[in-house]
Amino acid sequence: MKIIVLIKQVPDTTNVSINPDTNTLMREGVESIINPFDMYAIEEALRLKERLNGEPETVVLSMGPPQVETALREALSMGIDKAVLLTDRKFAGSDTLATSYTLAAAIKKLDDYSLVLCGKQAIDGDTAQVGPGVATWLDLPIATYIRKIEEIDKEKILVERLMDMGYDRISLKLPALLTVVKELNEPRLPSLRGKLKAKKAEIINWGFEDLGIEEDMIGLDGSPTYVVKIFSPPPKQGGEKFHGNPEDSAKKIFEYLTSTKII
Amino acid sequence: MDYYLTEEEQMIKELAAQIADEKIVPVRAKFDESGEFPWDIIKVIADADLFRIFIPEEYEGMGDRAMSLALVTEELSRACAGVSVSYAASALGAIPIILYANDEQKKRFLPRIASGKSLAAFALTESNAGSDAGAIQTTAKLDGNEYVLNGTKQWITNGGEAEVYTVIAMTDKSRGARGVSAFIVEKGTPGFDFGKKEDKLGIRASTTRELIFNDCRIPKENLLKREGFGFIVAMKTFDKSRPGVAAQAVGIAEGAFREALKYSKEREQFGNLISSFQGIQFMLADMGTQIEAARALTYAAARMIDKGAKNYKKEAAMAKLFASDVAMKVTVDAVQILGGYGYMKEYPVEKMMRDAKITQIYEGTNQIQRLVIASELIRETVSKK
Repeated sequence: MKIIVLIKQVPDTTNVSINPDTNTLMREGVESIINPFDMYAIEEALRLKERLNGEPETVVLSMGPPQVETALREALSMGIDKAVLLTDRKFAGSDTLATSYTLAAAIKKLDDYSLVLCGKQAIDGDTAQVGPGVATWLDLPIATYIRKIEEIDKEKILVERLMDMGYDRISLKLPALLTVVKELNEPRLPSLRGKLKAKKAEIINWGFEDLGIEEDMIGLDGSPTYVVKIFSPPPKQGGEKFHGNPEDSAKKIFEYLTSTKII
Repeated sequence: MDYYLTEEEQMIKELAAQIADEKIVPVRAKFDESGEFPWDIIKVIADADLFRIFIPEEYEGMGDRAMSLALVTEELSRACAGVSVSYAASALGAIPIILYANDEQKKRFLPRIASGKSLAAFALTESNAGSDAGAIQTTAKLDGNEYVLNGTKQWITNGGEAEVYTVIAMTDKSRGARGVSAFIVEKGTPGFDFGKKEDKLGIRASTTRELIFNDCRIPKENLLKREGFGFIVAMKTFDKSRPGVAAQAVGIAEGAFREALKYSKEREQFGNLISSFQGIQFMLADMGTQIEAARALTYAAARMIDKGAKNYKKEAAMAKLFASDVAMKVTVDAVQILGGYGYMKEYPVEKMMRDAKITQIYEGTNQIQRLVIASELIRETVSKK
């Protein structure tokens, strides 16, 4: 039984700059961290392992350039058992479709997994597509925005899904994929023994040849997404505020709404 | 300044810094205000293995190194000296066991301290015996297979919170300082109680209490080394722990200095940042230089201990004396640079100033440090002749 956590290394800021020629992120000179939402997924994997008396093997999996090794070692220092890095020049330029296809192939190769955990989205791209994409390629049941894992046994898992109003309780058959939110837990800090162990640990490297995948479905060629423009939507304007006692304000709001023909 | 720390030392320092910034800074004012003991933070420090770094590997530690202890203490102190003293006092309580306990005693107590499951404490001071260790009134009398302890220890850091206490008690009054002995006493032993929790000027997150022994019977096996050896235990323990207090002082000073530097680059007066005024610049330059000198002395003393020097009494005392005086001066200056804001509790520097004062007092007042240094200097010249 394995619990696989998908992680992404992201720049440590939401103010990343974009290369205007290629419309991709410029990563140089920005410190890299594990995507914060993925930290909750790592922590939950460790807690599930403790809950299940240490039985499942925890694995972190990531795709990216060789420097992603730092992120994987950080996960190991927190207590994750094994780290796999998918790195190959052929993977460069992958969009969420190609990325989820490649990650799914690696998960298949890892085999014997019960649960795949991901953060709800990455703070750089914010697409929230890779988790659901992986579930689709692997034909796994999926639940997103998980804030609590109530029960887990060999066959199924009972979770709470955070909604705008309240939450859903969902039971899924295992293996399944979950994407998680920050309400789930508080990630632990690494331990000194964990850091020393992580420093020496072997990171498993898999490239194109190792995964048995179609070349035209990966990297830039396998990515139908074409980024036209990246921009932040303009922040909401303050709007009009009505001060004074409730009766007067209500009257003013009513007049405003009727005059603008909203009601 | 680059001290060419080893890779492992760098890791230890970064881990302690992460705990300081993420787990202590956000709550330090709350603990300073309430005086509540910060058990949650102690658990984080324990889970990070940082109680293991001053315990030998054969007792579930990660190496007994003064440099590692100094690095952790400094980083934690940068955030809160109340938290850091609770941590460092456990090391202080463990040092006599590491130095003088037999293998069986070490196996009984050190793994618990290494895991952080038990805190340790060291109890020498009494109402009439602080700097004068020979005036101890707590007694220990052998009765069959047990020692019977009577008396009261005062101002014991981690008192009531710790599980393992190294207690200095008089076994032969006629021999004065040569008649005291060191014992390990466990919390929960009948006849061992705690007095009131002290209300302190600074390091308020830490607990300071009396230990009260009333016909407290402990197994004979809890004696460290042999009767009459207690004074040497206490002195050697302080030699080894003083660089830790020095590191605490360096950390407090560094914390205050960073606040002052940051503020000076934000605060404008007369249309200019105050960091552009020479009056402020000279203060910042002196503060930075003094801190670096204190740090260099502290690390040098710690390195001496780790390299196996036989006698480091003078250097340990010098580090403690110099660094604690620097901490006091730097924190006062930091409050000055922040002006009215510095005097307010919304900013952390007034707390740092209150915290700094104790480093000039405990583990031997700075007057005692000067006596130690002078007697070592004079002894060295005599022995060279």
